[in-house]
Amino acid sequence: MIKFFKSTFEKIIEGTLFLSSTITTLAIVLIIVFLFREGIGTFNQSPIEEGFSLVVNKNNPINELSAQQIKNIFDQNITNWKTVGGNKDSIILFNLDNISNFYSDSAIGENFEFLPQCISDYTEKHSGVVAFVSTRYTGKGFTGKILTTPKVTITQFISQKEWFPTAQPAAQLGVLALILGTLWVSFGAIVIALPLGLATSIYMAEVANPKVRNFLKPLVELLAGIPSVVYGFFGLVIIVPGIQKLFDLPVGETALAGSIVLGIMALPTIITISEDALRTTPKAMKEASLALGANKWQTTARVVIPYSSSGITAAAILGIGRAIGETMAVLMVTGNAAVIPHSFLEPVRTIPATIAAELGEAPQGGLHYKALFALGCILFIITMAINLIVGYVSSKKKYNTR
Amino acid sequence: MEHIITTELVSLFYSEFQALKDISIDFLPNTVTALIGPSGCGKSTYLRLFNRMNDLIDNVKITGKVTIEGEDIYKKDTNIVELRRKVGMVFQKPNPFPKSIFENVAYGLRVNGVNDMSVLKEKVEFSLKQSALWDEVKDKLKKSAFELSGGQQQRLCIARALAIEPSIILMDEPASALDPISTAKIEELIYELKNNYTIVIVTHNLQQAGRVSDYTAFFYIGELIEKGETKELFINPKNIKTQNYITGRFG
Amino acid sequence: MIISKKVIRNKNLKEKIAFNIFRVFSAIVVLSLVAILSFIIYNGISVINWTFLTAMPEDGMTKGGIFPAIVGTLCLVAGSMIFAIPIGVFSGIYINEYTKDSFYKRFIKLMTNNLAGIPSIVFGLFGMSLFVNTLRFGDSIIAGSLTLGLMVLPVVIRTTEEALKSVDNSFRHGSLALGATKLQTIRKVVLPMAFPNIITGIILSVGRVSGETAPILFTVAAYFLPKLPSSIFDQVMALPYHLYVISTSGTNIEESRPIAYGTALVLIGFVLIVNLAANALRKYFGKKVKMN
Repeated sequence: MIKFFKSTFEKIIEGTLFLSSTITTLAIVLIIVFLFREGIGTFNQSPIEEGFSLVVNKNNPINELSAQQIKNIFDQNITNWKTVGGNKDSIILFNLDNISNFYSDSAIGENFEFLPQCISDYTEKHSGVVAFVSTRYTGKGFTGKILTTPKVTITQFISQKEWFPTAQPAAQLGVLALILGTLWVSFGAIVIALPLGLATSIYMAEVANPKVRNFLKPLVELLAGIPSVVYGFFGLVIIVPGIQKLFDLPVGETALAGSIVLGIMALPTIITISEDALRTTPKAMKEASLALGANKWQTTARVVIPYSSSGITAAAILGIGRAIGETMAVLMVTGNAAVIPHSFLEPVRTIPATIAAELGEAPQGGLHYKALFALGCILFIITMAINLIVGYVSSKKKYNTR
Repeated sequence: MEHIITTELVSLFYSEFQALKDISIDFLPNTVTALIGPSGCGKSTYLRLFNRMNDLIDNVKITGKVTIEGEDIYKKDTNIVELRRKVGMVFQKPNPFPKSIFENVAYGLRVNGVNDMSVLKEKVEFSLKQSALWDEVKDKLKKSAFELSGGQQQRLCIARALAIEPSIILMDEPASALDPISTAKIEELIYELKNNYTIVIVTHNLQQAGRVSDYTAFFYIGELIEKGETKELFINPKNIKTQNYITGRFG
Repeated sequence: MIISKKVIRNKNLKEKIAFNIFRVFSAIVVLSLVAILSFIIYNGISVINWTFLTAMPEDGMTKGGIFPAIVGTLCLVAGSMIFAIPIGVFSGIYINEYTKDSFYKRFIKLMTNNLAGIPSIVFGLFGMSLFVNTLRFGDSIIAGSLTLGLMVLPVVIRTTEEALKSVDNSFRHGSLALGATKLQTIRKVVLPMAFPNIITGIILSVGRVSGETAPILFTVAAYFLPKLPSSIFDQVMALPYHLYVISTSGTNIEESRPIAYGTALVLIGFVLIVNLAANALRKYFGKKVKMN
């Protein structure tokens, strides 16, 4: 009887342990579901805010305008319908903000009761008009034509440069500048961190005596432990003004500042992993090299580094991954201008920083909100890819040493 | 005949621990000398005196005199690179570098400033022939050394040591990680190499010592107990400890 | 073959140059760390006093203390650990003690590694979507703690696994041979031996949790909330977010600079203490295990 309880008890515990072990998988599945559920929602929506529409004269041959065309029309970069494939007719912008230019308050009525009629009349009379109005006013008896707007597509999302998620009348959701900004800053970070990190790891593994190493090791661990906001803060008060002065710039918040801060932050990852890799080199292999008359540096360069190359590669890739995903420090020092970077001395904006800066202001469930989740999906896919590459690189069978 | 290696009252300390006690042995050129004895007796440590591999360990102190070709190798101005060129070494486990077969053999030349491809080719071929590996690998010199079998890897390591034209080859239990067939090949090779090189081999395997060596030295807890011609020592050991060891009473 | 003196001189010169480059680069790494630390300590130390640590923020966060942020961070650390420790340790035990080198083991490890690689802002998005909106916890300690807990879970799992792996199999076999069950062996033999390393891992993950900002941005952190939480469904301020706010978007950035230095120092101090504690523990237990 006791034995029975005992074994049932063991079974229950084992079950609990098993369930715990499934949590990470469950978490990843949930993250994918929730991230992509919201993110994919971006691509089912029109870039025009819900409850509004664009209307034109019913004789206007144009039926559809893209988000970019809408923006250009309302920014008055496009002033003739011909440019978007219509008749040769200049465009007249009409929206509720400038309605007083067209109709007097009395004509509209105290409670806007005549507004729908006004809009209808105006669009009918002027062939070149395009009006951005609430759908409330374009109901029964409306004589104009309501334009359709193509839904946001994935290709557009990724390939367009302009990120104005709150622009009126149509949100501009192009993340190319953000993707390039992220890669740009990370690239700069890795250019800084890789030589420093690898040199330090080689120094720790091959050159330094045990005393120096025992001093360096906890220091690197400490570097890993410092919160990213503290790095960001340090960057903000030291590196940013420094860059501004050094290069005589209007603002110091630049890609370079981001790269330096991220570079420092990626160091511990690179150092720890590559040092571990270097240390796996069998002693016998090093001795064989020394016994052939090679000195320590020749042994390191020609035997130790080639032997641990897969680990060193993994370290570099993980360092890049750390840089790509970092949010707060970058948010604080890069200036967050959503433009395609041309040099390291310009402000840039990265994907994580965009999410952190804008999610708080995006109404839940709206297009902007969903677009930020779509950004999260991109980030998720990039880092997953990095993880899988690292897994592949470090599992790649090392030369069999039998 | 002149002695190629001599050691005179050599002692070695790891910090406080004395690993070798006043060892004096002289080695004749073109002979094979086996160092035997139970684990931890100091035979590997003794072997590593000759190419100063013990230098790599911290807190090692060495007293006494070791000469190679008449030169005191523990003199201050000894050129260690030149010494290690002269004294090749083969390790217990085959430890080829993560490089191609060709580059493994060329390694010792390259790190010592030889980069002329025609010279490299010639020496690699010569060394691989000497280590009886040429016929097996001549078509795949560019392949990774790790694709070879364990026995082939060990012969590659011997070729690697031969490439820089040493006069002495140290072997630290070179066959202990190999199967019997590979072991036989290595032993055959040692016999061949004796014509051109002086070989000092550490082995656990008494039969092996008996088969390949001309002279044998028996070590026990850091001391040299007995040395002499192999046949003599095996048939007619003078010391009781040697007798016990070779008859299998301890070890 | 004779090696010329020139070749030897040449290669030894190269060695010298290479090693000196490594030395210089390592020194740069050390110096940048020292620079960051000393800069913050130098500027922050004069700000820190008892009032700073125990008072509410005042005057648009340009005066007063950071007490609610400290309490908030402690709440989040506690909350996330309540979630992450049991689940993390249990999964570590399951992976190391119950699975053989099977597909499942490799799969779980892959998933754990993947989870560890996800950027913290993605955790923030996920936490907002699941805990705040779908489960309707709102911006709350519980939503923030669960998000943070999930984020450090891989750290806890890995350290547990590593700690268990370092226990020699002979101890397990010895116990099993005496008729103990598997569970008894794990509880009475394996876990006690692995305990120091598990604790060290947990302490380090506490350090990680206390410094994270991105996951709590949209799940719990309050911009300004000069009162203490009364339930797990309340919002709280948190140290890292507070530092972010007063250094970038506070009402008066210049005037709140001293507070920012103070907050940064408190954060670093926390991480420092956590690291030292972990190291001390490692040493202490290391000795103890040896003595036995």
